[in-house]
Amino acid sequence: MGFTLFYLGLMVLIPIGGMVLKVVHMTWADFWRYTTTRRAMHAYELTIGASLAAAAINAVFGSILAWVLARYHFPGKRFVDALVDIPFALPTAVAGLTLANLFAPNGWLGKFLTPLGIVGAYSQLGIVIALTFVSLPFVVRTLQPVIENLERETEEAAATLGAGRLRTFFFVIAPGLFPTLLTGFALSFARAIGEFGSVIFISSNIQYKTEIAPLLIFSLLEEFEYNAAMGVAVALLVISFLLLGSINLIERWANRFQT
Amino acid sequence: MAGIVTKKQKAKSQRGSEESPIAKWTLITIALLFVSVFLLLPLVNVFYQALSRGVSAYLDALKDPDSMSAIKLTLLVAAISVPLNVVFGLAAAWTIAKFEFPGKALLITIIDLPFAISPVVAGLMFVLLFGRQGYLGEWLDAKDIKIIFAVPGIVMATTFITFPFVARELIPVMQATGTEQEQAALTLGASGWQTFWHVTLPSVKWGLLYGIILCNARAMGEFGAVSVVSGHITGQTDTLPLRVEKLYHGSGAASASAAFAVASLLAILALLTLCIKSALEWKAERDFERAQQAVPDHSDSHA
Repeated sequence: MGFTLFYLGLMVLIPIGGMVLKVVHMTWADFWRYTTTRRAMHAYELTIGASLAAAAINAVFGSILAWVLARYHFPGKRFVDALVDIPFALPTAVAGLTLANLFAPNGWLGKFLTPLGIVGAYSQLGIVIALTFVSLPFVVRTLQPVIENLERETEEAAATLGAGRLRTFFFVIAPGLFPTLLTGFALSFARAIGEFGSVIFISSNIQYKTEIAPLLIFSLLEEFEYNAAMGVAVALLVISFLLLGSINLIERWANRFQT
Repeated sequence: MAGIVTKKQKAKSQRGSEESPIAKWTLITIALLFVSVFLLLPLVNVFYQALSRGVSAYLDALKDPDSMSAIKLTLLVAAISVPLNVVFGLAAAWTIAKFEFPGKALLITIIDLPFAISPVVAGLMFVLLFGRQGYLGEWLDAKDIKIIFAVPGIVMATTFITFPFVARELIPVMQATGTEQEQAALTLGASGWQTFWHVTLPSVKWGLLYGIILCNARAMGEFGAVSVVSGHITGQTDTLPLRVEKLYHGSGAASASAAFAVASLLAILALLTLCIKSALEWKAERDFERAQQAVPDHSDSHA
């Protein structure tokens, strides 16, 4: 136990504490100025917007995928189930590299999409694509076990009472799954907010246009603007912790639902 | 008349527990399309692009001295940070699962922190501690110890990022096994260390292995945090993911396909990780089924 606390302190608390201490030394006015520059505001807006879009895409397709994997039998199911974990296992740099290549004007997908006006590489859409990829497993993996454990009897009861399948789904199944879906959405969103590796490959990384918040921190560090970098980092940390807190709240709420 | 009723009931109960075949196959098609475009295609593309200039160009790209040094560095970093986190993961999971103490919930939250922090912010924290402007910067400078823009910084950042993996996998497994077995071993005269080695460790070995491969995959593939602390010195502080980025930004088609060649190594690592993970899950499932089959047999023999 002593060792646990010592290692924990050494590896986690000292680095975090070090940063907090540095920030506390800044005056409030300085801190506020660094955190809310026009460039930073653009970066937050883009990061949050793209992460929300990615989480929403994952909520829709992730739910379908979780349902299909939990309820149906079809050839290749095991393979698809294993594939869902690819974004966890594949380094983000590799994901960004191959997605940028796929959606580039001469790539396998970009070849068809670019003439249609859908520019997936070096654009804001590209950022959404990369974030969707890296946060894909969260919704599927949170929903899947819950769908597997649903009691078939309630659905059958609804059917015996004369409800059609769609009605059963929307009034009997969906309300029970909603809190879990929300947890998956929030986890997915939280992962997307902090993502860096995959995005810098697929985005053109232009200030005010395609610069996400983690990249802004990185650029400020390269310019030796430590205080400005810390300001943005703290803003990002606050967003992550708020999300973590709300995930805990949702889970507590969901548990009350399921018992 | 009776025949009609049963037929109707049958149709209805089928509709009750299942979607119509049309809805079912539409959903399966959407799911499969989504998986192929978003997951399978990017993976296939890595290998296709890596080999697009032929096998010899692929091997040449890997034999490049700078890429070789990136491979060595990545292996070195994983070889240090994974064992560190395994030891910690075991200690932390042991503490959390087997003992009751105040602040336990807080401890679990702290263990999860690295998951919530953006890798870039994690890297920044280490720069603030050990960088030239940081707390220990001057002292380290005076002693001529390099941490930031050198290998120790990369190891530390990687260890921080991969910190929760083993502990998180082990905590639920250890909690599920409970403390009865250990207490039995202790009453039979085993020392604490013997109990750990012969009782605790075997009971969590699959969970442990699972945590190790996930931790390893992340350690070898980490980009954001390492990118901040590494300094990108070619041939010295470039890990595999950083090497991929450098080649990608290099000029010419040869450099681009070399980026994919290096990336393919990481993709192979990812595939291996998934294979081991699936095998472990399959094994756990089989063990579980066996255990369930064994229980009724046992009660039968007693009866």
